[in-house]
Amino acid sequence: MTAVAETTARSAEKYRVTRSHRNVAWTGLGALVVVVALALFPYVVGAGTETIVVQAFIILTLASMWNLLAGYAGLVSVGQQAFVGIGAYFVLFLNIHNISMFAALPVAAVGCGVAALPMWWLVSRLRSGYFAIATWVLATTVLLIIEKFPSLGSGTGLSLPHTPSLSTAVLEAYTYWIGLAVTVLALLAVYLLLRSRLGLVLTAIRDDEVAARSSGARVGLARMLVFVVAGIGCGAAGALLAVSQLIVQPSAVFSVQWTAEMAFVVIIGGLGTIEGPILGTIVYMVLQQTLASYNVWYLIILGLVAMVIAIFARRGLWGLVDEHLHVRLFPVGYWLWDPDSGGRRGARGSGPGLGRRSGGRHS
Amino acid sequence: MVWINDIITGILIGGLYALFACGLSLMFGVMKVINLAHGDLAVIGGYIAVGVIAVTHIPVLWSFVIVVPLMAVLGYVLQRTVIQAALDRSILTTLLVTFGLSVVIENGLLQFESANSHSLGVDNAIITSSFSIGSQITVAYLLLLIFVVAVVVLTGLQYFLSRSRYGRLIRAVADDKEAAQLSGIDYRHVFGIAAAIAFGTVALAGIAYGMYSQFAPTTGTDTILLFAFAAVVIGGLGSLWGTLLGGVVLGVAQAVGAQISGSDEFLAGYIVFLAVLVLRPQGLIARRSTS
Amino acid sequence: MSEPTPSEPGPGEPEGRGAAWTSPREPKGAASPGLRSDEGETREGDASRAPGGERDKQSEREDRGPILEVRELTVHHGQLQALDHVSLRVFPGEVYAIIGANGAGKSTLLRTIAGLHRPTEGSILFDGTNVTRVRPERRAISGIVMVPEGRRLFGSLTVEENLQVGATYTRKGPWTIERVYELFAWMKDRRAQRTEQLSGGEQQSVAIGRALVANPRVLLLDELSLGLAPVVVQRIYGMLPQILATGLTVLLVEQDVSQALRVASHLQCLLEGRTTLEGKPSEVTPEEVEAAYFGLRSAPAAEGSEEA
Repeated sequence: MTAVAETTARSAEKYRVTRSHRNVAWTGLGALVVVVALALFPYVVGAGTETIVVQAFIILTLASMWNLLAGYAGLVSVGQQAFVGIGAYFVLFLNIHNISMFAALPVAAVGCGVAALPMWWLVSRLRSGYFAIATWVLATTVLLIIEKFPSLGSGTGLSLPHTPSLSTAVLEAYTYWIGLAVTVLALLAVYLLLRSRLGLVLTAIRDDEVAARSSGARVGLARMLVFVVAGIGCGAAGALLAVSQLIVQPSAVFSVQWTAEMAFVVIIGGLGTIEGPILGTIVYMVLQQTLASYNVWYLIILGLVAMVIAIFARRGLWGLVDEHLHVRLFPVGYWLWDPDSGGRRGARGSGPGLGRRSGGRHS
Repeated sequence: MVWINDIITGILIGGLYALFACGLSLMFGVMKVINLAHGDLAVIGGYIAVGVIAVTHIPVLWSFVIVVPLMAVLGYVLQRTVIQAALDRSILTTLLVTFGLSVVIENGLLQFESANSHSLGVDNAIITSSFSIGSQITVAYLLLLIFVVAVVVLTGLQYFLSRSRYGRLIRAVADDKEAAQLSGIDYRHVFGIAAAIAFGTVALAGIAYGMYSQFAPTTGTDTILLFAFAAVVIGGLGSLWGTLLGGVVLGVAQAVGAQISGSDEFLAGYIVFLAVLVLRPQGLIARRSTS
Repeated sequence: MSEPTPSEPGPGEPEGRGAAWTSPREPKGAASPGLRSDEGETREGDASRAPGGERDKQSEREDRGPILEVRELTVHHGQLQALDHVSLRVFPGEVYAIIGANGAGKSTLLRTIAGLHRPTEGSILFDGTNVTRVRPERRAISGIVMVPEGRRLFGSLTVEENLQVGATYTRKGPWTIERVYELFAWMKDRRAQRTEQLSGGEQQSVAIGRALVANPRVLLLDELSLGLAPVVVQRIYGMLPQILATGLTVLLVEQDVSQALRVASHLQCLLEGRTTLEGKPSEVTPEEVEAAYFGLRSAPAAEGSEEA
């Protein structure tokens, strides 16, 4: 064995590559506790609070999806409201045909996934700015088309005709639990997705698309998968919206404001991290509740804060936490354990990326 | 034969759309920035004009003398500060920042103004009337004036870019900003000039729109941005004449759509836009090789 | 080292001060009009390997001070270290060549001198002034102009427009657009053509012309030969004397070692960001260059195990 080969073999024995930092078990436990606590809410709090939390569920689901798109797949979509609207209208449509709105929700989500395919075909070849605008145009086009159907309420919208005959409290509780389920599923899906091979492929694409392609990664397929998943998630959120509001109005469900809120929440919380949308949603809800009486101020402030954070603290609030405390609640990267240096050397596989400026050429 | 009238109106309105679009095209061509707040800037121009007219009582037609330079300066400052900072991060960041700007502007307008529409009423009797060609065609003078102004501005801009020293610098920086630095050019300043031109032209277009139609806080994104973008995409990037053609195509498509069904005006335009995006992303006139 | 003798032009060396690098075929004292007469001594190129007067030239030159000095330059691209404490001094009128394999750090060095990279450590002095923190466009205006790797012309502009852009912020000096047309005879007729339609060699000429019209004091040439046929490369390097005759100093990066040795008056070899060799072409042997270039060790006998 040559000297070079020997050294390599020796070091391969000593270095270990692991998935997670030690404290993952605690995170899992903590998450379980939180979910259980949230599930018990309807027994403890009033309907008013439940409605607010359902709002938070919707925003959190949307934000997780937008984060998946922009933070991991590099797709900045300004048209996700299309799926919010399609999801809501799916529920309306099914409900008109006597299907329970709760049962309609999963169907709506899947339906949005299907709808995402032709949309992807239309926009997939476009580069960032064009892609953004195209998604926006698509969303507006879908809105205009749906408004043409009087059976769906045309431009004014329609209430859900067949709501279950339950008391308000029970209805709210069921809505709440469905919302909790949607959110937990969404976060779980994102987490598992990023831990899988797809997650690796996405990171590779983000770092260097050409290299990723040439090493066999199916870039187009990966992106399409992400787009479809995001469509499903946003559709589920839209369906949840319909269920919680019991009325579907086109200008409300197809409003670009949804994208604005999704995007701001993600940017503030931390683009490219799973924890980010959670943090961002908390900030959003706090702002919205405290400024509720001031009309649109919360959106203005949200927007300004998002702009500042996008420029100065690219990884958002969670990024700041992560940098100082080195905490990862949802481990999707890899850690390299270097026995010589006595501790870990973070080789963060799935770090967030708001675009790295590559250095100059080497020569 | 009633179509002829609408088509002519569509062509003339295309000039306005092209005026909206040229700033967007310039900013993308020179600094690769897609300014999602572009439409809102036109609306801001309109609102400033309303304010200026209220304060100074100058005739509506002359409001641009104050508003356009003001917006140009605003554009230079915004570019050198906010947009450049975002550019230094990444293209993604500029998209997010301009999107944020758009939302902030619109909601700010909603907050401080109302959601009502405003219009810049033109009181000049000659302008508000129209003239006829034959028995079928009636053309509003105002629309014709707007078209002429649009063509003049676009021609002037084209001349500026191809002949003047600064125009040359702008083209050079657009081609390769690093090489421009090596030739002693501060590209950030050139970017600022390009932004100033973009903001100035879009403000002019906003005033024209206010005279011809109405604007409200959300008009920027509801209407103007997508029109501007559609004109750029249909006409192809990098060519001002392409932008004019794109505007005209869009205007005609809308006119035809309105004939088919009243509410399909915008839908027709969007469908054409999507079709071009899918079938021929370079646009109808793809002249210069960008980047 | 012998004692310095009073400076006397040795055989084959140009007369007087201020004369730039000349090839052996040029008559002595062939100074072009408009030449600055306050330049320091020159270092001889390999064209006239006259050992006699060199040492006294050296000491006289060193009194003038280098026009460009790089001290302990360290540059990182992210986590990758591209340059490791590299130093060099370029004296007025010299042709200083940096050679090395791909990835050695040559272009990084030049680009850092031009201002396109920020060094992690170290400093760059231009005529005694510290320019390490100066923006690239300001460096260009004060006299450090680079012809970048791959030409980097403004593709949608014509030949003449490219030159005009280069001349926008120009220092006073002998180079004008007309002068560039004289240097490259074909250019004037094709000046209205867009540069993306030119051949590689023609583009390279335009790129050099664009740098010249800014009247630089130090001209940085980054891999002139890249992508060009050898005949074309020879022709372009053949222009160097005329360029140097106007009082410029040249710092060039070149992958083609023999080409570099032909034109350089001084050279430095880089390997993985570190200096492995420095000296005059006349003083280094091909074996030394090869060893420095590839990083081979001189004696394999001391190794314990064999390399496969």
